[in-house]
Amino acid sequence: MGFAHTIGGTRFVFDDLRTLMARATPFRSGDALAGVAAGSGAERVAAQCALADVPLRHFLSEAVIPYEADDVTRLIIDGHDARAFAPVSHLTVGGFRDWLLGKADTATLTALAPGLMPEMTAAVAKIMRLADLVAVAARCSVVTRFRNTLGLPGTLSVRLQPNDPTDDPRGVAAAVLDGLLLGAGDAVIGVNPATDSVSNTIRLLQLLDEVRARYDIPTQSCVLAHVTTTMAAIAAGAPVDLVFQSIGGTQGVNESFGVSLSLLAEARDAALALRRGTVGCNVMYFETGQGSALSADAHHGVDQQTIEARAYAVARAYAPLLVNSVVGFIGPEYLADGKQITRAGLEDHFCGKLLGLPMGVDVCYTNHAEADQDDMDALLTLLGVAGVTYVMGVPGADDVMLNYQSTSFHDALAVRAALGKRPAPEFVAWLDRVGIGTDGVAIPPALSPTLIGLG
Amino acid sequence: MADPPAAWRDLRRFTAARVALGRAGNALPTAAHLDFQAAHALARDAVHARLDTAVLAADLGALGLAVSTCRSRAPDRAAYLLRPDLGRVADPDDLAALPREGGVALVIGDGLSATAAERQAAPLVAAALPMLAAIGAAPVRAVIATMARVALGDHIGAALGAEVVIVLIGERPGLSAPDSLGAYITFAPRPGRTDAERNCISNIRPGGLGFPEAAATLAWLVGQMRARGLSGVALKDDRPAGVPRIG
Repeated sequence: MGFAHTIGGTRFVFDDLRTLMARATPFRSGDALAGVAAGSGAERVAAQCALADVPLRHFLSEAVIPYEADDVTRLIIDGHDARAFAPVSHLTVGGFRDWLLGKADTATLTALAPGLMPEMTAAVAKIMRLADLVAVAARCSVVTRFRNTLGLPGTLSVRLQPNDPTDDPRGVAAAVLDGLLLGAGDAVIGVNPATDSVSNTIRLLQLLDEVRARYDIPTQSCVLAHVTTTMAAIAAGAPVDLVFQSIGGTQGVNESFGVSLSLLAEARDAALALRRGTVGCNVMYFETGQGSALSADAHHGVDQQTIEARAYAVARAYAPLLVNSVVGFIGPEYLADGKQITRAGLEDHFCGKLLGLPMGVDVCYTNHAEADQDDMDALLTLLGVAGVTYVMGVPGADDVMLNYQSTSFHDALAVRAALGKRPAPEFVAWLDRVGIGTDGVAIPPALSPTLIGLG
Repeated sequence: MADPPAAWRDLRRFTAARVALGRAGNALPTAAHLDFQAAHALARDAVHARLDTAVLAADLGALGLAVSTCRSRAPDRAAYLLRPDLGRVADPDDLAALPREGGVALVIGDGLSATAAERQAAPLVAAALPMLAAIGAAPVRAVIATMARVALGDHIGAALGAEVVIVLIGERPGLSAPDSLGAYITFAPRPGRTDAERNCISNIRPGGLGFPEAAATLAWLVGQMRARGLSGVALKDDRPAGVPRIG
């Protein structure tokens, strides 16, 4: 079945849903690199007009990647909840946009999530402005728990990211303490290992667990190693709170990451069996990002925003504690500048939240993209208004291991203050108990550096 | 209130990360803010700098190397950044001008930091040439490649009929260092080689991996490739501990 729309006297034809979705996508460099972007502004808007007229039901009968060829498509189709979909089953994509912006309240959106396919959320995002993406996401509520409660109204959490170029334990510990003193770490204390080996991962897991125990912090830790490395660490008896993995929206990109859906299920079972959560059992942590499928040559001619939304269908199958798009990390050939990064970050957050995920965003950029700290401030503030579950906290916004710029502990404090947000309630109680003040000029005795080997 | 107390500042002993920056309200104090801006500006300038090929050619010529140049098909820096595919393919005229002289090919590319190529390439080559000569693998020519990605070396190496190609190229600048050089070495270069078929030495600069260590690893890899007839993931650096490792 094809689609068509006439604009400015020219009739634009789109052969299939995959093509229509790609041509309707607001411009970004990765879609141009893949050769799927609209050829003109008029073609893009024609595609958006045609897409607005597509019934949501149509997505149930035309997959952007064939069912037989891709296990993510099978996960999406087989897992679709027709009863949850019923309230919007009569709507077109355009009608769905109006419905979302109009009468959909928090309870309605929560009930709807299992009835939405990721492609439906991607489609409606393509015909929304930033303000629309913010307004609807702000009405979504997703609450997850492990050793504290994330996603409650009025909260904004922070992943403390204490990376070190050589995995030096004292370097990691120093960055952890710096972050805690600036109110960060309620989402997770999560370190990216420079070396992805089982022994190194266990060493870092033990360090983070020791810091958490010494300071008695109601949070969770994670070493963001490959899932197979973490499974080996679990088997060796290491203190694993959360299992991390990078995932994508096609079978091919997941294969390029060295994972399958069954492997993720096995890893989740292993983490659940440890029973380390005190207030809940959301044990998975996923990262995603637009462009990863093209980078892995596994995009099937689908635009990068739609594939990104499909990654959220993978994530939600495992009831994660945390999911975040690493929006500006991949480089300018996928997202060229601050404008493209900003839109992509808000799209990803919107789609993830609509699909029922505890969505955070790594607001970030590399030095070869056309972006700077001003762009990060703008996106962080927009995401704060949109109710983002968590953001990253990196010392001084400068990740000295991964060589990119993310948000800092200071940035998180600033956006919390500007929007009246607080950390997770258990973490707020801990900050009060140990005596971390809001002016942040002293180290309270309970957080003595010597307690974690920084004598 | 901007400066943190001594015990907090003391954390800087343990890490190069930007810890203990102090606060101005919830923001960075002015000095810390401007320090970040300076590091970002240096990194950005390195990304957008044009390689001074005349100076580099003179430096390499002084080491006794013949010097050629080769452009990629990326017409300018903006296209180079947005179209990595263009940076991997050589200008056909430049490629045709290269002599088919065999041996070990040496390519020096701007990559994402022309600053790195300008500062680190000639000293590294100076350190490596005697070590390569000792195993009969010294290049006779340096090809200066502009708007270059790593895979451009496959085309250049194939045109030269080279047994091995060494590509020295500017790495993506971080705030810590805008001038890190990477070395990518590939056996039997030809278009279509994948990254899994290369060996890499990264973070070559005075504050990172020094020239003598990088040169020793480079020469060892070239020797192993010629002896074993392969490169990439099948070639592990299995020298005894204490010898510098591949970064």
